[in-house]
Amino acid sequence: MRTFGSLLVRGLIVGLFAGLLAGTFAYVMGESRIDAAIAIEEANAGAHTHDQGGEHEHAAEEEPLVSRTGQKAGLFLATGLSGVALGGIFAVGYTLLRRKLRTGNDAYAALGLAAAGFTGIILVPFLKYPPNPPGVGDPETVTLRTVTYLLTIVIGLLAVWAGVALSRWAARYGDVARLAGGVAGFVVTVAAAYLILPQINEVPDTFPATLLWQFRFASLGTQATLWLLLGFGYAATVARRPSEQKVSV
Amino acid sequence: MAAPAQSVGVPAISSRLLVLSALSVGLLLLLAYLVGFDQGAVSQSGMYLHELMHDGRHLLGVPCH
Repeated sequence: MRTFGSLLVRGLIVGLFAGLLAGTFAYVMGESRIDAAIAIEEANAGAHTHDQGGEHEHAAEEEPLVSRTGQKAGLFLATGLSGVALGGIFAVGYTLLRRKLRTGNDAYAALGLAAAGFTGIILVPFLKYPPNPPGVGDPETVTLRTVTYLLTIVIGLLAVWAGVALSRWAARYGDVARLAGGVAGFVVTVAAAYLILPQINEVPDTFPATLLWQFRFASLGTQATLWLLLGFGYAATVARRPSEQKVSV
Repeated sequence: MAAPAQSVGVPAISSRLLVLSALSVGLLLLLAYLVGFDQGAVSQSGMYLHELMHDGRHLLGVPCH
């Protein structure tokens, strides 16, 4: 039997490593896209002020609080801390839900929970409100966008739960019904939420489509890296060797 | 299908476990808030931490300016 503390610490440590490696993915795949988006943002800002100030605008530009180099280092702080937070929450979820997961194999249970978490927390919000590079969002709508984003996380987790519940109920009618029930419970919940939640599109018509796609791909890849490593890493730390399993207390 | 409870390797659900879980999740959500949404109110660092983690927030899919 493992204690709560030992299960939690495993999640925090695995989460930290998953976050740092996701940061590496983000650094390689995402930073050049952010640089490109910031260059567009600055070019647009420059175009607006050139009439009045001309060349002087550049000299008068305020010193940023954190340099671009600093932000690129801060990327690892952000993904590392997110990894710790998500890893810890994942471990608590595993501890509380382990008995509800119908498998005798702890590693499979951890992997299944990670797949469910990625689907509910990342994929469902991503498809409704895809992330935007710097310079795209309207600062005035940030509260609305934050609230709707958090709502999609809650709805994503609810949809996963609905899928599992319906699939378990439909299992009495056979294997196909079990799978169809799972898909139906999930898809109907997500579709209803997508229809009700407001449309938000703040991408300017002039923003390059390729850059937007590349940024969003890098963002999804960063989060997929984090959750893949969290799932497999946690599965590895809770998996027991066959010899251990026989004598487990 | 359902394995005997002993082989599962997690502590039994108790009120103590639920309190510990709630406390841990609360603290961890605060940490997630610090990365994703704080603008100095919690960190007491002004906008420094917010700006430092700017790229991470964008790439982690959190809504931003």
